[in-house]
Amino acid sequence: MAAQKPAQQNDHPDKYTEFVSRGLGRDLAKRLGLPQPAVLRRYTPGAPLVQGPILVVGHTEGSDAVASVLLSWGQDVRRHATPKEKLGAVVLVLDELAHPDQLSAPLREVGAALRDLNRNGRIISISGQVRSDDAPEVAAARNAVDGIMRSLAKELRAGSTANGVVLANGVLANAPSALSALRFFLSARSAFVDGQFLTAAAEGTAVQQDWDKPLQGRVAVVTGAARGIGAAIARTLARDGARVVVVDVPAAGDHLAAVANEIHGTALQLDITVTEAGARILDHAAQRHGRLDIVVHNAGITRDKLLANMDPGRWDSVIAVNIAAQLRMNQAFLASSHFTDNPRIISVSSTSGIAGNRGQTNYAASKAGVIGMVRATAPLLSGKGGTVNAVAPGFIETDMTAKIPFATREVARRLNSLQQGGKPGDVAEAIAFFASEASDGVTGNVLRVCGQNLVGQ
Amino acid sequence: MSSPTAENTARPAANRGIRKAVIVGGNRIPFARSGGAYAHASNQDMLTAALDGLVARFGLQDEAIGEVAAGAVLKHSRDFNLTREAVLGSALSATTPAYDLQQACATGMEAVIGLSNKIKLGQINSAIAGGVDSASDAPIAVSEGLRTILLDLNRAKSLTDKVKILGRIRPKDLSPDAPSTGEPRTGLSMGEHQALTTAQWKISREAQDELALASHKNMAAAYDRHFFDDLVTPYRGLTRDSNLRADSTLEKLAKLKPVFGKNLGDAATMTAGNSTPLTDGASAVLLASEDWAQAHDLPMLANVVDGEAGAVDFVHGKDGLLMAPAFAVPRLLARNGLTLADLDYLEIHEAFAGTVLSTLAAWEDEEFGKTRLGLDGAFGTVDRSRLNVNGSSLAAGHPFAATGGRLVATLAKMLSERGQVDGRPARGLISVCAAGGQGVVALLEAR
Repeated sequence: MAAQKPAQQNDHPDKYTEFVSRGLGRDLAKRLGLPQPAVLRRYTPGAPLVQGPILVVGHTEGSDAVASVLLSWGQDVRRHATPKEKLGAVVLVLDELAHPDQLSAPLREVGAALRDLNRNGRIISISGQVRSDDAPEVAAARNAVDGIMRSLAKELRAGSTANGVVLANGVLANAPSALSALRFFLSARSAFVDGQFLTAAAEGTAVQQDWDKPLQGRVAVVTGAARGIGAAIARTLARDGARVVVVDVPAAGDHLAAVANEIHGTALQLDITVTEAGARILDHAAQRHGRLDIVVHNAGITRDKLLANMDPGRWDSVIAVNIAAQLRMNQAFLASSHFTDNPRIISVSSTSGIAGNRGQTNYAASKAGVIGMVRATAPLLSGKGGTVNAVAPGFIETDMTAKIPFATREVARRLNSLQQGGKPGDVAEAIAFFASEASDGVTGNVLRVCGQNLVGQ
Repeated sequence: MSSPTAENTARPAANRGIRKAVIVGGNRIPFARSGGAYAHASNQDMLTAALDGLVARFGLQDEAIGEVAAGAVLKHSRDFNLTREAVLGSALSATTPAYDLQQACATGMEAVIGLSNKIKLGQINSAIAGGVDSASDAPIAVSEGLRTILLDLNRAKSLTDKVKILGRIRPKDLSPDAPSTGEPRTGLSMGEHQALTTAQWKISREAQDELALASHKNMAAAYDRHFFDDLVTPYRGLTRDSNLRADSTLEKLAKLKPVFGKNLGDAATMTAGNSTPLTDGASAVLLASEDWAQAHDLPMLANVVDGEAGAVDFVHGKDGLLMAPAFAVPRLLARNGLTLADLDYLEIHEAFAGTVLSTLAAWEDEEFGKTRLGLDGAFGTVDRSRLNVNGSSLAAGHPFAATGGRLVATLAKMLSERGQVDGRPARGLISVCAAGGQGVVALLEAR
């Protein structure tokens, strides 16, 4: 591109992380007790799933089934830890938990394995969903897993993360949906996801797919794709094999064209708040590709002001772009015959929508609204084998966050278990996971991509 | 996707009939008043940006297009392969051939018609027609005297000869030759020429200002209803044409002093408000055979039905410099069995409001119809509600070679939206006048 260079996403760790990751900087940080963020291992197609053997803890039918699937994925699986042998991951299968007393043995086994966990290691639990009709001791045991994994995530160092797969009623540990979530958590795609849970709401259907091109043959649309997180989403979906239609407001058209040309997609200049936006996207996708499979609602704006000083313009524009447009477009998509083959909707929410943020009543309203919308849309889509999920990014290094004053930014990016900001690509990887056909049955989730931010869940 | 080989050999010469050439869509960068947003953009930069926007809109990355033709009126001598260089810098396949052409302000129109004809003949299956001009980054030449001296200097062998030759340089040789819109044979600028024509056809100041105002209002309204969302891609911070004045009024336009034809006294009616300013910009139009468009799952907005070039003897004859379309349009319509009333849209390039109005006046004039066009009476009246309905050059500005592409893509989209009229495809006419007393006009039809 001669004239317009797309804003390339920055793949380097921030300067502080770089400084404390080796030599003098590392010694200094250690001696002074300063945060020592690790350089996270990020996904590249063809790279090994994990760095070392996977220890499967648990003695249930489910754990055996999970172990054999991991073997079929070509992983080096251990049912007992070999002391001093570095582990890539630990999978803790707790699918038959009936009482908190049953946690002791498996957790001590995990604890013993922790000192042998490799850098960027993974601890993943698989457990049942807490339901209101559970016996009290079953519910207690199942909910205990939540506390364990969130605490463990805070104990891990060197880029390692702890996350959990939650099985809805009747979903087995080796159900296709559970396995897709497990694979995501194991992989470097989940580098900046820590202390989080994904619910396998339904069994899902097993699909044969190329794990390096999981979106081959799929048609995706990404709104707000001209720059930042949206551009990273478009690049990631294209890398995974999807044909991507990138959408942004006409005023951002030059950056949008650069992204489209980079990923061999098409650019659609469109204000998503116009009534016919959904129809315009469907027409474009149908004419150029004959179908629409994946919708990523990424477009969003902020117009921050304390509520006492909020004017109608700020409030209304944020609601219009961030939530009303999505609701209206989804109606069009759900009614379309072109959006029926394992359709996927993924919305970008925000930690502000979960934990709230001063000066962002409007923004938090829209982003919490997205979460409500996702949960209520899930049953509407499940009839057609579709899923709808949200990702909630925490502090992500973008052109926008680069404008935050240095000190504030430096504090903000350390306020999570991984002690660093995420990359736009981290959000994109989570979205690509939800977009995959293998994630059938993974629906109604709100996945935080925040390195386990200290605020909110 | 057709391979480059298939692109160029799709239809053996023996089997060729005439087939249809369709307009798939277009792209342009917003036009900028010269010295503004694109002051430091070259023709090649702007044409590349227009091409890249087109590629992004239609997913043509690494596509080998049958041929790309474009040009610039104000062109540096180093840009002899301007279009090919722009193609090489774009996201298109490097195996896409390209050529430059130039017919003054009709450059873009001629590119569309020429490439459409190649598609119709089966020589190519796809094409991009374009144009670009920068009045900001215009070439400046050394004076004719200095040029001769420098060439002699280059040929000189000894130091003494060189010193002697350098001694011939006089201060007057050092002032550069800037390009002008002056006609070489008359020395008059285009505006001065039009001022004579405007006075000849007795076009009032008010009528010109009204046309200018309508152009601005119509174009601003078209932007507001998102009409240009798939025709324009922002460039260098500009998202709309910088000449566009949505808030213009007749009162404001009436206050402007005449800038052309000032020696005509009361007949001086042409102001900066009802004349196009010097403008920078670029445009590109994607043309294809029906098969190619279908195979690439691309839209088909309109057919390029026919085109016609014309010229008048503005040096010795009675006709104004920019009046060639007044003759070319009647010929084109007659050949296609049509009259003005059969046209659903007319795009008459607004070089000056006076140009459009002089043309309309000539067509309504019985004498002109009989003696100059050889008709029984007046050629006809243009229904003003069908004329330049989304604004034209007075609002957008006029980067000479880029105007044709703007008009063709705009009209093709309008025709496509209109669809059928009285059971037949909507029809539209484009008329563009050009320096040298020339004009190129074309007939399009909705798909």
